[in-house]
Amino acid sequence: MTEPDNLHQRFDKVWRNLPGWGALAAVNHTSVGRRFMVTGGIFFLIGGLLAMLIRTQLALPDQDTLSPGLYSQMFTMHGTVMMFLFAIPILEGAAIYLIPKMIGARDLIFPRLSALGYYCYLFGGIIVLSSLLLGIAPDAGWFMYTPLSNAEFSPGPGSDFWLLGITFVEISAVSAGIELTVAILRSRTQGMTLSKMPIFCWYILVTALMIVFGFPPLILASILLELERAAGMPFFDVAAGGDPILWQHLFWLFGHPEVYIIFLPAAGMVSTILPVFTGRPLVGYRWIVMAVILTGFISFGLWAHHMFTVGIPQMAQAFFSMASMMVAIPTAIQIFAWLATIWTGRVVYSLPMLWIFGFLFIFVIGGLTGVMLAMVPFNWQVHDSHFVVAHLHYVLVGGMLFPLIGGLYYWLPHFSGRMPSERLGRWGFWLTFIGFNATFFLMHLTGLLGMPRRFYTYGEGAGWDWLNLLSSVGSFVIATGVAMIIIDVVLHFRFGRKAGSNPWNADTLEWATGTPPPMYNFASLPEIKSRHPLWNQPELLESIPAGEHGLTQIEHGRRETFGTDAITGKLKEVMLLPTNSWLPLITAAVLAVLCVSLLVRSYTVAMVAAAVAAVFLFRWSWENGGHPKAAPLGDKEPEEAPLQSRTTDGSGLWGMVITLLADGALYLALLFGWLYLWTVAPNWAVPDESPISLPMMALSGLLLTGATWWYSGAVKKLKAGNDSGLESRFWVATGTGAAHLALLAWITFASPLATTEYTHDAVLFVMLMFLIFHSSITVIATGLQALRVRFGYVSKKLPYEPVVLRPMWIFTLAIFWCSVASFLLLPIAWGPA
Amino acid sequence: MATMKKTLAAATVAASLMLLSGCSGPYSSLDPAGPAAGSVAALTWAMLIGALTIFIGLILLCWYAVRRNNEELSDAEAQRIQNRWILAGGIALPVVTITALLTFGIPIGHSLLPLPLQQGEGMRIDIKARQWFWEVSYPDTDIQAINEIHIPVDTPVDFHISSADVIHSFWSPRLGGKIDAIPGRTNVLRLEANQVGEYSGQCAEFCGGGHAVMGFTIIALSAEDFEAWLQQEGAETND
Repeated sequence: MTEPDNLHQRFDKVWRNLPGWGALAAVNHTSVGRRFMVTGGIFFLIGGLLAMLIRTQLALPDQDTLSPGLYSQMFTMHGTVMMFLFAIPILEGAAIYLIPKMIGARDLIFPRLSALGYYCYLFGGIIVLSSLLLGIAPDAGWFMYTPLSNAEFSPGPGSDFWLLGITFVEISAVSAGIELTVAILRSRTQGMTLSKMPIFCWYILVTALMIVFGFPPLILASILLELERAAGMPFFDVAAGGDPILWQHLFWLFGHPEVYIIFLPAAGMVSTILPVFTGRPLVGYRWIVMAVILTGFISFGLWAHHMFTVGIPQMAQAFFSMASMMVAIPTAIQIFAWLATIWTGRVVYSLPMLWIFGFLFIFVIGGLTGVMLAMVPFNWQVHDSHFVVAHLHYVLVGGMLFPLIGGLYYWLPHFSGRMPSERLGRWGFWLTFIGFNATFFLMHLTGLLGMPRRFYTYGEGAGWDWLNLLSSVGSFVIATGVAMIIIDVVLHFRFGRKAGSNPWNADTLEWATGTPPPMYNFASLPEIKSRHPLWNQPELLESIPAGEHGLTQIEHGRRETFGTDAITGKLKEVMLLPTNSWLPLITAAVLAVLCVSLLVRSYTVAMVAAAVAAVFLFRWSWENGGHPKAAPLGDKEPEEAPLQSRTTDGSGLWGMVITLLADGALYLALLFGWLYLWTVAPNWAVPDESPISLPMMALSGLLLTGATWWYSGAVKKLKAGNDSGLESRFWVATGTGAAHLALLAWITFASPLATTEYTHDAVLFVMLMFLIFHSSITVIATGLQALRVRFGYVSKKLPYEPVVLRPMWIFTLAIFWCSVASFLLLPIAWGPA
Repeated sequence: MATMKKTLAAATVAASLMLLSGCSGPYSSLDPAGPAAGSVAALTWAMLIGALTIFIGLILLCWYAVRRNNEELSDAEAQRIQNRWILAGGIALPVVTITALLTFGIPIGHSLLPLPLQQGEGMRIDIKARQWFWEVSYPDTDIQAINEIHIPVDTPVDFHISSADVIHSFWSPRLGGKIDAIPGRTNVLRLEANQVGEYSGQCAEFCGGGHAVMGFTIIALSAEDFEAWLQQEGAETND
């Protein structure tokens, strides 16, 4: 047996999935990423099928193939499935699969979190789709405008399926966002400074951060609307002091960034593939990085362009109109950087390139109509018409699906070790491309001729007949194109010729894993010297599997990868990665039970499920640090760098901080809602006297302040190498925190909050529950830390975990006092509205 | 020769007629019948032509970039070329386009607002949207109607629009843009018809199962006919 084979055997033993059904316990990013992508592909076909039904209904005037009610379910589910169950998850899956390989890591750094994300996505998707089979699917449109989606106008469970199921699915998006951010920042291979990072990683980094900030407003909105439907808390009900427009603000506060969350990873694929097939590095690298970051920022400032017909103030319309047009600048920078790359290079015609040309063609049209739509007077005409339907499909199909299929063909040899068929692939492309333009190009005209979207039928005299017929024919051509692609992909697994390693002569590290990749990606972790490692260090293709680089010890049986500095890529620590685990599947299953029990309104079951899920989640964190199943003291320590649990600045701390950013965004969305209702809601009513006792809140806050101060002091001493009395310090913090929590809970449930009568009181209730939730987690986690000190899993040699928990204390403290100031004191200062 | 010319002329006329008729229709925003729709239609054409020009330019550029005979470039030269491209196409092009658009667009938007009239008097009609019909009432009279709105021609009419249940949107494309009907709020939309006639309208915001059949008709009458109609309706209501 040769040395590389021998090395492979030893690594494979540690990294492979469990056999048979045990594969369900897999946590490694290659398996999880593949599952995400295959599942996303299946949801895409289901979403496509719904689109065919919609087009069948609209092919001729006055048709009644579908009833109006069924038609409403179809288009609502088409949008929902394509956005939430296909576009976002499949791109997450691609990022989960590719990122560690591109940055030279063996796995993502929170593998169990990726697996949990996958199962939440799968179960959530199944729950949402089951409503379709039961004939009770959501039918208020994929943006669920209230009051149409509330309990009065949508009395069935359709809206609940949407609100609960999609929120469940979003757990996976947010967890992937957090994980990808930290992985990109902290686990790049040695020498990969931020400026040597593959461009795709920049795109994913920005996307991941956008998910972290963009999803919480929707999660909050969904929680509020579900509370309104299930518990009668009137957040969006004008009569009680709420406002339906608040839903639109929160929805689009998420919804617009989401468009870029979908577009950016796909654009990242374009920026990755284009240089490979022009043989010219992307010289506009810095420009593009800047453009991508700029897109991220601007995308949060233009949500109201979906609301120009709502009647928002003129100045605001002018601002959002300008901001919406501004986003054309970073997009144009990217397009011209790509064109310049083509200009200065030599194009190799291959399937992936064909899809990229298709992307350029379609996406440019979508971008131009986007600038048109940002023009307010024009928007007043075509908003909610088929012009918008055409525009959004040009942007999303052109900007996402085409690069995605280009990427599929590009990375297919990586997944399977085989090459796709050029001939079938070209048929697939041309059918899809022609079909797409036939369906959607003249749909712009359909809209200008006055056909609103979401019409289940139209009369003969309206002048839309031939346009709709053309669109319907086109949609069936797309379907044959997609069928061609599927056949090609399926056949290639059997008949494709062998790919070998690096078949396209690419520059990025994922092609150094061999095709298909081993579970551990790299037997040895290289130090890279440039942005194009495989172009400048081609010897890596041999030297990596031969074990000539770092971290080749495997006898200890631990999964490990390097942790490096966020900016310089200098080696900092050896990260210990968890192995196969059933916890993600079990936790997700319990969460699914929670979701279903909320759907059927069986709240006792829901409470039990929530408690069980919490137990599993805390159990999750137990095998860490010095636990015998992790890396106990006295084991052989790695040579290159200290093990992460022996340090105080590891990935856990980073993960905590990024999680708190998402959490903070959720809190800010709530604060925004409060201030919005206070200033804008037509019938906002404030009780004469605050229902919440201010002195009691102050007392509870002082206890929390004391606990946080005490805990921080203990962590400071620990970091200085002093762990005497650590356990008792933690118990004091736990006890003081528990006293604060008890008082807070008492205030919440003893206050005379009229949550079903006044929006004001309902918002206060949600704010208090938000505080209780955070205080509980912090207190329980601190108690667990005290126990872990007793068991010897945490000590001055293992100071990692208490450091991770400290930002949680500070966050809990910050939101508490911020709430006292803005929810209780500010109104007093302001006086009655 | 002469016949060929004739055929050609006939074909051209037929083609333009087809093109024009392609843009007409009872709901066509490209077949305006009032000042609001007229200025937006002009804006639409200007933007469509501009967008098409940029699009064709880009495609030709891309085509040429792919096709042209490529000399060997040093990295420094390539860098220079790319910087130039990005500055010209990525920054200058959108900045110029956006500035031009906003310079023309913001005044148009402003002119469509229901601001106080400089001369003459407008009229007011109240609209209450319901699942799935429109309640029309004329303030200071007892006249009520469903889905049928009579207005005088050449007079700015301010529609005060609200909703009794879910969100709807009031849209008569040949007269102007749309505005949402929202419970708890009243939005004002100013429309004016230049010609006597009937103008179709419909709900544009999805409002449930009857969304597609929530149409209305605006009937523009000459000033005299409108007065007569008001008298007659008023009398009927008082009976």
